[in-house]
Amino acid sequence: MEDIKVGIGEWKIAREPQRLITLGLGSCVGVALYDRRAAIGGLAHVMLPDSKQFAEITNRAKFADLAIPDLVEEMLRWGARRENIIAKIAGGARMFSSADHRLTTLNIGERNAAMVLKVLETLKIPVVGQDTGGNYGRTMILDTASGKVFIRTLGRPLREI
Amino acid sequence: MGFWEQLNAFHLDVLREIGNIGAGNAATALAAMLNQRINMSVPRAGVLPLKEIPNLIGQEEDPVACVEFGVTGRAPGKIMFLLTQESAFFLIDFLLGQPLGTTRRLDDMGISVLTEVGNILSGSFLTAFAEFCKLEFIPSVPAFAFDMLGAVLSSAFLEGGYFADQALVVETQFYSPETQISGYFFLIPEENALGVIMESLGMKI
Repeated sequence: MEDIKVGIGEWKIAREPQRLITLGLGSCVGVALYDRRAAIGGLAHVMLPDSKQFAEITNRAKFADLAIPDLVEEMLRWGARRENIIAKIAGGARMFSSADHRLTTLNIGERNAAMVLKVLETLKIPVVGQDTGGNYGRTMILDTASGKVFIRTLGRPLREI
Repeated sequence: MGFWEQLNAFHLDVLREIGNIGAGNAATALAAMLNQRINMSVPRAGVLPLKEIPNLIGQEEDPVACVEFGVTGRAPGKIMFLLTQESAFFLIDFLLGQPLGTTRRLDDMGISVLTEVGNILSGSFLTAFAEFCKLEFIPSVPAFAFDMLGAVLSSAFLEGGYFADQALVVETQFYSPETQISGYFFLIPEENALGVIMESLGMKI
């Protein structure tokens, strides 16, 4: 069976035994939500922390503060139960190194990861796995049969978080 | 009507011509550096959703090196120079006078070499662009990344403070007919830059 691909600024939901995959997370953060009893998983690839800083929102899935609650709501519609949902997150790196002060102060990856954690805390969803920060890209795979989340990085073997 | 929708075929032609002139000058600089012929594709210009930009080059997980510059002045934007891993390693070996195949992973010396190449090529690109448009461009210090294409490109926009859903992209591929050098120049003008560029050429948007 082919993995279901989640693009940048998107989220998707799948049931056992499908796998959700998002490729090349840099400063973006991948949020994998999972209800083991219902065997339903959701995966979001968020790009920015806070939609409130923008006047016009054309894609809710781009923002951590909107994408995660939207994804949870849709998972509930699919039959997941809020109290059973757990989360694993990955990404939020700083990909570019530079002497440029502007780039070092912006650190969008760190802000993305911080906002994702804050939103999950507000929603009372426990974070049981996390691989964030650093300066390298990550591919994230959620297996909805087991709830296992795998991370692929350049030049390193696949690992589970 | 959104700003980008006002762009017509004529504007895109002008941008392709800028890509041609800028990348042409950069390719000439690269050819001089390597003492070999460098060929160039016909530039492509268009407004693309951010998530489709990696498709211009390859797969999201392909390893690439990227040197990126913010450009300020009356027509601000961004300029990027991307190399496949193979090309990046080849360039490092070639410019350090090492036997080809010596570089197997990127170290600090390799990063310095690629950043310097990026510096020279982006400078050549901007010089030609500036002469053509009679505009002044001030590039930032370079930022460097070597990783998965998808991660590198999305972060080039987001870490550089570009948060829109889509971008105007002028892309030119360059390659050597003799060796495995292959890479890309990207020019990403900001929304408000386009009018300034057209005006500087005596046109209106």
